[in-house]
Order: sequence, then C-alpha cells, then structure tokens
Amino acid sequence: MSSLERSDVARLAALARIDMTDADLDRLSGQLAVIVDAVAKVAEVAGEDVPATSHPIPMANIHREDEVRPSLSQDDALAAAPEAEDGRFRVPQILGEEA
Amino acid sequence: MTTMTYEQAMEEFDPVFGIEVHVELNTKTKMFCGCANEFGAEPNTQVCPVCLGLPGAMPVTNDKAVESAIRLGLALGCSIRESSRFARKNYFYPDLAKDYQISQYDEPTCYEGSLDVVLDDGTVVTIGIERAHMEEDAGKNTHVGGTGGIQGADYSLVDYNRGGVPLVEIVTKPITGMGARTAEVARAYVATIRDIVRALDISDGRMEQGSVRADVNLSLRPKAVAGESQDDVPFGKRSETKNVNSLRAIERAVHFEAARQASLLLGGQPVVQETRHWHEDTSSTTPGRSKEEAEDYRYFPEPDLLPVEPSREWVEELRSTIPEHPAKMRARLREEWGFSDLEMRDVVAADALILIAATVQAGTTAQAARKWWMGELSRVANDREVALTALPVTPDAIAELQGLIDEGKINDKLARQALEGVLAGEGSPAEVVASRGLEVVSDDSALEKAVDDALAAQPDVLAKIQDGKVQAAGAIVGAVMKATRGQADAGRVREIILQRAGVEG
Repeated sequence: MSSLERSDVARLAALARIDMTDADLDRLSGQLAVIVDAVAKVAEVAGEDVPATSHPIPMANIHREDEVRPSLSQDDALAAAPEAEDGRFRVPQILGEEA
Repeated sequence: MTTMTYEQAMEEFDPVFGIEVHVELNTKTKMFCGCANEFGAEPNTQVCPVCLGLPGAMPVTNDKAVESAIRLGLALGCSIRESSRFARKNYFYPDLAKDYQISQYDEPTCYEGSLDVVLDDGTVVTIGIERAHMEEDAGKNTHVGGTGGIQGADYSLVDYNRGGVPLVEIVTKPITGMGARTAEVARAYVATIRDIVRALDISDGRMEQGSVRADVNLSLRPKAVAGESQDDVPFGKRSETKNVNSLRAIERAVHFEAARQASLLLGGQPVVQETRHWHEDTSSTTPGRSKEEAEDYRYFPEPDLLPVEPSREWVEELRSTIPEHPAKMRARLREEWGFSDLEMRDVVAADALILIAATVQAGTTAQAARKWWMGELSRVANDREVALTALPVTPDAIAELQGLIDEGKINDKLARQALEGVLAGEGSPAEVVASRGLEVVSDDSALEKAVDDALAAQPDVLAKIQDGKVQAAGAIVGAVMKATRGQADAGRVREIILQRAGVEG
C-alpha cells in the first residue's frame, strides 16, 4: 500500500512551485510512491539498537575560525542574474498573488 | 463592529502571548561562509557562492557563532544539548537565495530556560524560554514602484549582504496571567534580551538597525468563570505580528492586536490564525501571508553540515563568562554609584549604563562619568540624531578627558573643546589638547602679564578690591579668561589679582 497519495504530490508540487498537469501527477505519484515505500522498508529493518542518523559518517564539530575571506565582486555576484539594477538582483513583484 | 480599547480588551479577556526574538550576532563573518558580517556595505559585495546559494557550494559552521549562541543560551538559563544539528527550512522568497534557510528544528542547541524580567515598578516576572537556536539571516528586499510597500510593488531588488549573517532565535513559552500588564511585560522582556546580548557582547543590540527583531504572538481567551481555573480555558487563535523593531512598537503592537482581536470576538467574528505586518507609521497591523498558504516548511536535517557537539568542559568554561543579569547589575551599580532612582532611570533610558560603567572602570568617578554621558555627549548625540553608543568616542577617551581636568591640565570649557576634537576624529583627548593647544595656562609669568594688562585697562578695580570689594576681581578674571581664550586657570588668576592688590585671598 502506498503511503503517498496523489494529493500529497499535488501539494508538494505547489509548495515547490512546480506546475504539473493531471497526467504528470498520475505518473509521478505512482513513481514517487514506489520510492517512498522502498525507503520505508529501512524503517522495518532498523531495530531498536540502530540510532536515527542524519549523516553517514560519525563526525561532529567541523567548524571554521571566524576569519574574513574575500567575497565575490559585485559584478561577479550579479554576472548570472537574469536582471540587475543598482547593484542588486532584480526580481518579479513579490506576493503579487496575494495582494 | 464594536471598537475596543486595550484596557477594555483586558477586562473582557485573558491574554496569552509569546515572543520570538531574532538576534544578529556580531561575528566577523557569516554563519556558514567567510564573507564579512558588516552593516552598510555596497550591495552584493559581501557575498560568495555559499551565501548566494550557488550549486555545489558547501557551508561550514562559524565556530564563534556557535560560541555566542551557547553563551546566550546559558545567560537565558537554558540547557545546552550535547548533540544538536541544523535543518533546512524550505520556503520561497527572493531574499532567500537557496530557497531554504539553514536553521535548527527538532534539536536546537539551547532549550528549556527561564529569564527574570524586572518591570519599572520593580515587579519581577519569570519568562519561560522554549529554545534558542542558530540560523542564518535572509537578504534585504527593496520594493520598487507601486506604493513602495510590499503590496503593490512593481518589482523588487535584492541585496544578499545580510544573507547568511548568523542569528540566534529565542522563543518563549506561552506567557499567561499578565492581564493588563501584558504590553509592559512584552516590552520589558525584549529590553532585557537586548541588554543581555549587549552585556555578552555577542550583538550590537541595535533595534533600529534590525540587529534585534521581535515577532509578537498574541491570543485572547475568555476569562475563567466561577469555579473554573484560568489554566483550563483553552487558548484562542493567535496572530503573529512580524518585525516589530522598537521597544515602543512592541508595546503598541500588543495594544493594537489585543484591541483588534477583542473587537472581533465581541462582534461574534473569529480571529484568524495568521501572520501580520506591523506598520510603524500608523501603529497598526495588516494581514500577511494568506491562510490558504498554511506554513509547511518541510524541515529536514541539513545534509551538508555536521552535528554540533560542544564538550561539557567548553560549556562550563563559557558559563564562567556569563555576565550578571542586567537588572541585578543595574541595582548593584545604582547602589555603588550613589545615583538617585531618577538619575538611574535616565541613564538606562539613554542607553548610557554600559558606557558609564566602562568610564568608571577606566578610573573616573561615577558622577563625572554621568555628567559627560548624560550632558555634553547626550546633547551631541541628539544633535546628530544618533544613539549615544554610536558616537565616535570611547569610555576610555572620556576617562582620559576627565583625567586631564582632574590633573588641572584643562578646565571644563577646554575639555568641551577637546571633546569636540575627539568627536571630529582628531585623536585622543591628550592628542587634541596638544594639537589644538588647549592646555590651561598655569605658567605664572604669562598669567601675571595678562592680569597686569587687565588691571591697567580697568584701573579702578584695584582700589575697589583694596576697599574690601573683593568681588570686583571677577571683572579682571573675566578679562584674563577672555585674553587667554579660556585657557587660564581661573583660581590661579584670582590669587594673582589679590596678591597685586595686597589682599589675602
């Protein structure tokens, strides 16, 4: 039984700002469900003695000193921006859909 | 719809509130990259692939930011988690370059604390702290066109210099039972946090620059009926007012939201659980993100960063660096300095406490330090429309200046001129005194000549003094001070005049 519903996929797509057709949703909810279910098998295999882990290598505290390193120039920073103005990234109207 | 006042709202309902405070840390670099963490640079000049969220860039945690977060947690009485980790908080907004913010979710570094807050009348309220976690700041949007506000803008411009600056977010537990004092407690809590981060020297604590920012959550619930405990009455729906950035605004936002919600409830309308924007100009709030877009940040552990596991030894070492609680320090200093309640309140209100303490530390008496910071320096700060702390003069320099007066090298008037030079960036007080030639003339031959000149110009004065009208000497003192451009030691001038008149001083 799939743990992932079609409505879940539609909601995730909306949250991720991805436009999906009905056909996309049908196809992807099937495929994603297979993946989610496969991963869920791990939970069945892992016993009480296996701690939850978020990183494959048991390391911690890899920090850096608080020392300033060179930044990009403004030109380099903006080089890949579709639009720029006054040294800033120019982006479409924000919250237009809610105004 | 009925329109309620805050006071009426508090009579009808029981308020519950909570506050989230974001503190921008004053580390040299950002949270996860080596870009400078400095306010006011040209846009997009303190950015790199990490804080611009370019593909493949890898974050590395700033050790100093972790230290600052732990010290803040300890000052708030929090426990420090032996192993904490970062999480991604996913949402879309142009000021967030990566489309997720690195934050902490289920394993914040600091948790379960409490903080005593002292109100103006001395009442102590203990605020429960849920957590204090590390995260990164977003960039800065400028809305162009339309009304200039966030709504109705034609487009936006983004500067990512602030993106990735280290933040600690402090979240309170729900605060209940404050009734009509809710607004006052909210304000005092944020003021205390600001004082603590300054005392820890982990942030400049400037609310006007956004380095301490508050979100105010407020809800109202019915008052308990007879035989019922207020604790058993469920919480009402809450609003979260974002970015309330001054102490006065905190109080006003609580006033506005309580009155707004009470008006809705009494009119039979529901309060909508939502984010609201604060408007400083009108002291009011308007709805922010719409309800349909219920927050779903899909937090998950940040795979690019490793857990933070501070050793117990380090935590204890940091604990020993935690300064006294600001309110307790104020009480102690008031006692030590012998200030009146009113003097102390003025000092605190002017943000001069730490400056005066540092000046006293550098060897000046408390009254002299107070005189400088609350007098001349407050006047200058006021003229320049900047905070006292933003003046380009250090407590050490003020102590040096006062020292020059105490040694008799300069008088009060010359000291003010020297201060002017210090504020103009001409150097230390001693350097300005030397370069501007401000030293008091105590060389007797020079003074004697100036006195003789003045006496010659006003020949009747000597006779008057010899007649017993000693106060007539004042005119000569004035003339000498004028002739020496205020650099004479007035006491010594008077002695010389009296000697010339053959009268004992």
